[in-house]
Amino acid sequence: MTSLSSPPLAIIEEGIPNAKRRQRGDRTTKIRGMRAGTWVYIGLGVVIVSAIFPYYWSFLIGSGDASTINDPDMSWLPGGNFIANALSVVNDPAVNFWLALWNSIFSSTVIAASVVVFSTLAGWAFAKLRFRGRGWLLAFIVATLAVPTQLGVVPLYILFADLGWTGNIGAIIIPALTSAFGVFWMTQYLSQSVPDELIEAARVDGASMIRTFWTVGVVAARPAAAMLFLFTFVNAWNNFFWPFIVLDRQSPTLPVALSLLQSNYFVDYSIVLAGVLLATIPLLILFAFAGRQLVNGIMAGAVKG
Amino acid sequence: MTATDTRRPPTSSDSPPPRGERAPRVLSFSHKLSRWDLKFSPYLYISPFFILFAIVGLFPIAFTAVISFQEWDLVRNSGTFVGFDQYIWILGQPQFWTALRNTFSIFLLSSVPQLILAIFIAAMLDRNIRAKTFWRMSVLLPFVMAPVAVALIFSNMFGDNHGLVNNVLTNIGLNPIPWHKDPFWSHIAIATMVNFRWTGYNALILLAAMQAVPREYYEAATVDGANAFRQFWSITLPSLRPTLIFVIITATIGGLQIFDEPRMFDNTGEGGPAQQWLTITLYLYNIGWGEFNFGRAAALAWILFIIILLIGLINLFITRRLVRDEGGRGEITPRRRKRVQR
Repeated sequence: MTSLSSPPLAIIEEGIPNAKRRQRGDRTTKIRGMRAGTWVYIGLGVVIVSAIFPYYWSFLIGSGDASTINDPDMSWLPGGNFIANALSVVNDPAVNFWLALWNSIFSSTVIAASVVVFSTLAGWAFAKLRFRGRGWLLAFIVATLAVPTQLGVVPLYILFADLGWTGNIGAIIIPALTSAFGVFWMTQYLSQSVPDELIEAARVDGASMIRTFWTVGVVAARPAAAMLFLFTFVNAWNNFFWPFIVLDRQSPTLPVALSLLQSNYFVDYSIVLAGVLLATIPLLILFAFAGRQLVNGIMAGAVKG
Repeated sequence: MTATDTRRPPTSSDSPPPRGERAPRVLSFSHKLSRWDLKFSPYLYISPFFILFAIVGLFPIAFTAVISFQEWDLVRNSGTFVGFDQYIWILGQPQFWTALRNTFSIFLLSSVPQLILAIFIAAMLDRNIRAKTFWRMSVLLPFVMAPVAVALIFSNMFGDNHGLVNNVLTNIGLNPIPWHKDPFWSHIAIATMVNFRWTGYNALILLAAMQAVPREYYEAATVDGANAFRQFWSITLPSLRPTLIFVIITATIGGLQIFDEPRMFDNTGEGGPAQQWLTITLYLYNIGWGEFNFGRAAALAWILFIIILLIGLINLFITRRLVRDEGGRGEITPRRRKRVQR
């Protein structure tokens, strides 16, 4: 417990990164032994080639024309038709590409932001506050992780059809606004990264609960919140089952639009795979900027949860 | 925390009561406020989650159960009670059993090779390599691609007539494989899509677990003369058990729900002309939004949930045993430490 004379809250805020740095330091001081031999690099090289190959293949086919795929001795170098194929995806009236892109960006952003806000609030309460029912409510949240999406889709569909919301982007946002995984994740993170003394100090200073949450909890939660945002964003962007049920051709998300590309009787794969790449580019850009955080997030979640 | 809740906030403007004259029953307004704050804030913070979850999570689950006992009329938007008829109908369909077989087959073909590969990739990443972040990010690259996109690319590569894989096979003098005709080969193709997207992701989770293993174990083993393989087998693998079980459980929950990849495997999305790659969720979709029979779809959803629960319980049973095995070692992994805390 800190002294009774009240330290300014700034000191409390400073305490958090320090506390975390100490933890992190412990982990990295373990020097990984065993210098990697050449075979490790060769092995990893094979892994990476197979991770990249499908991207390259879709560019190869997507930059050719309808006959490329049937050509037995096709070139392993891309053709020059990618822009043309991409344009025919974008201009296909059956696909509504720009609207699909907008729908994907909008819905994924709203879902990820909402999940982060609600999860941080609930995670803070579960990790650092004492209240009646805490244990079994948290156990309940963990238990719901095993509930498949399929269990809710029939009534949700009936509900949204009743409201006249089928085909509306709201129908895919509202069911995804919270996430049991998110609450669990933030609970795990906050219970390990915020020392209880810090909260006591803030309370001694007379900070209200919400001010303690804001100055201690939110500050400490920022790295985990960023990871949760990314993770939720990627999952929302790639989600297919429910959007495919409830949305229609007029206003799809990108994965639903991609499925429409293939539903013609005659499938021109040069156009389908150009569309696949086009729909993946936004996430690749995100990955280029935030891939490191995504990696850290997955690894942090693994050790803790 | 408990020490602080009786403390009066210093921000309150009223002067402190003189010594000895304290009247504990009469609390100042700000003090009362502070108590309510302490008492009700936690519920306030968790309420958005639970309110929303009740509406979009709990209510639909309960309502699915209700609908599964009904013959749902789309026009009147209501149902008539039929007891267990929908369940009996589903269980009497040969398609259901085919779908169940396919789901398990695809699940096993994707999870087992995936885990083995992920362990080896994690072991390579765990070495003292240059440009760690680069390798880790590259391994995760497939994860950002939507399953629908992955399915479209691989369906093309696994084409029966002009697919890349069959072209390569015929070029080296082998027979082409009937990817879209034979159930087993279609399962291999679909499992490959799942493996492509998830192997790197699971490798990173296992890598994190490997890095939590104390270095001293390896040093002691080196002193004792154990080679790298022996160290991997006797130190790394046993320490990975809890994480492996976590990965297996999440893979089970996700794997039994597989929909995107089989749906996109051909352009009809029906699971193949002879249900070669019809999965349970694909069957659910076809009943619910192909035939618009919501009662049967709801019953199938509950059957799927029960299957997942059963598999989950089996997993839990195995988990318990494995963790107990590990007890003799006397080490505390992060996961076990957490379990103790709970």
